[in-house]
Amino acid sequence: MDISKIREEFPILQEKVNGKPLVYFDNAASSQKPISVIETISNYYLKEHANIHRGVHTLSQKATSKYEAVRENLADYIGAESKEIIFTRGTTEAINLFASTYGAENLMPGDEIIISTLEHHSNMVPWHMWCKKTGAILKIIPINDAGELDLEAYTELLNEKTKIVSVAHVSNTLGTVNDVKFIIQKAHEFGAVVLLDGAQALPHIEVNVNDLDCDFYASSAHKMYGPTGIGFLYGKAELLEKMPPYHGGGEMIKSVSLLESTYADLPFKFEAGTPNIADTIGFGAAIDFLKKYGAHNIAAHEKMLHDYATEELSKIEGIRFIGTSKHKAGVISFLIGDIHPYDLGVILDQLGIAVRTGHHCTEPLMQHFNIPGTVRASFAIYNTKEEVDQFIAGVKRAQRMLS
Amino acid sequence: MTIKEKQDQIIEEFAMFDEWMDKYENIIDYGKELEGLNDSDKTDENIVRGCQSNVWLTATEKDGKLIFNADSDAIITKGIIGLLLEIFSGHTPQEIATTELYAIDEIGLKEHLSPNRANGLTSMVNKIKMTALAYRAKQNG
Repeated sequence: MDISKIREEFPILQEKVNGKPLVYFDNAASSQKPISVIETISNYYLKEHANIHRGVHTLSQKATSKYEAVRENLADYIGAESKEIIFTRGTTEAINLFASTYGAENLMPGDEIIISTLEHHSNMVPWHMWCKKTGAILKIIPINDAGELDLEAYTELLNEKTKIVSVAHVSNTLGTVNDVKFIIQKAHEFGAVVLLDGAQALPHIEVNVNDLDCDFYASSAHKMYGPTGIGFLYGKAELLEKMPPYHGGGEMIKSVSLLESTYADLPFKFEAGTPNIADTIGFGAAIDFLKKYGAHNIAAHEKMLHDYATEELSKIEGIRFIGTSKHKAGVISFLIGDIHPYDLGVILDQLGIAVRTGHHCTEPLMQHFNIPGTVRASFAIYNTKEEVDQFIAGVKRAQRMLS
Repeated sequence: MTIKEKQDQIIEEFAMFDEWMDKYENIIDYGKELEGLNDSDKTDENIVRGCQSNVWLTATEKDGKLIFNADSDAIITKGIIGLLLEIFSGHTPQEIATTELYAIDEIGLKEHLSPNRANGLTSMVNKIKMTALAYRAKQNG
């Protein structure tokens, strides 16, 4: 891969921030967009916009076929069938959809749901809500000091009451790649279904839901070089068939009389109302971008950046890495001495370097490590070793100022 | 010195620095100079909750004037609250409640200290103003 050529595809990388060339290391929060995605969305509004699925006219049919082609493209990318892809606003909505349809239907008082200590809030809060509503009980997989799930403890948590296991494929704060195959296999032995929060996995590593044998998978386009406001829930068809609809309204019905409705087939049963057509089509361009370079190559490039940055950061006095799992995606979380992550982030920003600081929407994980937050650098396909050098120089400068 | 005169002095002080680096170092110095609080004062009642770091603010009345003290776990945030206290501390509740804050906008850090970024700069100012209003009501009552 010629990274300098890839960088040319991202107009924002030519921008300056606070008078300095932008070094964008906040990819775990949201990645930047290639020109192909930007132009696809723009062209759609310029030349192709119409509402989808109902119109008999040419524009509507064109928009419908483009929209549905994305579903097929995405299904192909993750090894699913297109009717198993439900478009949502993002990972959070996908998890909420799952919790409030599958969860509401299948959870009885005393049933158990398993999540882990390292979950993002979006894979915690919905379960807090649904445990309250259904009387189900939440069980937590603990982690070790490296930020890896304690899989022995996990197997001990499983029993015949376990109905749902919902865990991150990759941790957004620590970068830990969880052994989800093992988690899924064990859960299935007890008849539980597994949802994977794939928000941090799909942009960085190869994902095949069929091969994983997961029951549900949630992710967001905007971390995959696509637009914000669009994501998806994958579900095994036989499970989705049995689930009640999420929202009621247009698009998700088969027929409506004054007193009752019958619902459309998959996947439309779960997609009420006019969807986010433009961004879905933009998502298609993002999937094409990922396919062009290949998840395997992207993962290898990001690993190189991760390993190089870790090695260089290790030379800084007082550095403390949070999350040292053997299997990591391109995320580094760290602290330096007693410098508050907020202070380090503010100074780095003045140098044009965008990192994330704080608890990263994983407050329980911060409580586990007894820290206020971390500084997190997360990489993407367009990042370079030179940028890592700038980042390291920035961290050293900030350290001098703040110590 | 009035609150207004103090603000003008701070604007003048920051005008000496051309580089953002120096301005930040000056902010950090305000943080270092701030006495800070004992852990026993870092209570829920005294907290100004921000997104990334916390600020604790206390107030006591002496000879009809309000004396503020504050602390933060982040030094830049502590510097910002230190700057605010430099402006507001030691004045009557009436003066604190009614004098407009304009120095922050003018010291050339406005773009760097948006309410969100400055860890709830607005919340800090609100807390100072609300405290002053409460004391004014008490004095008048």
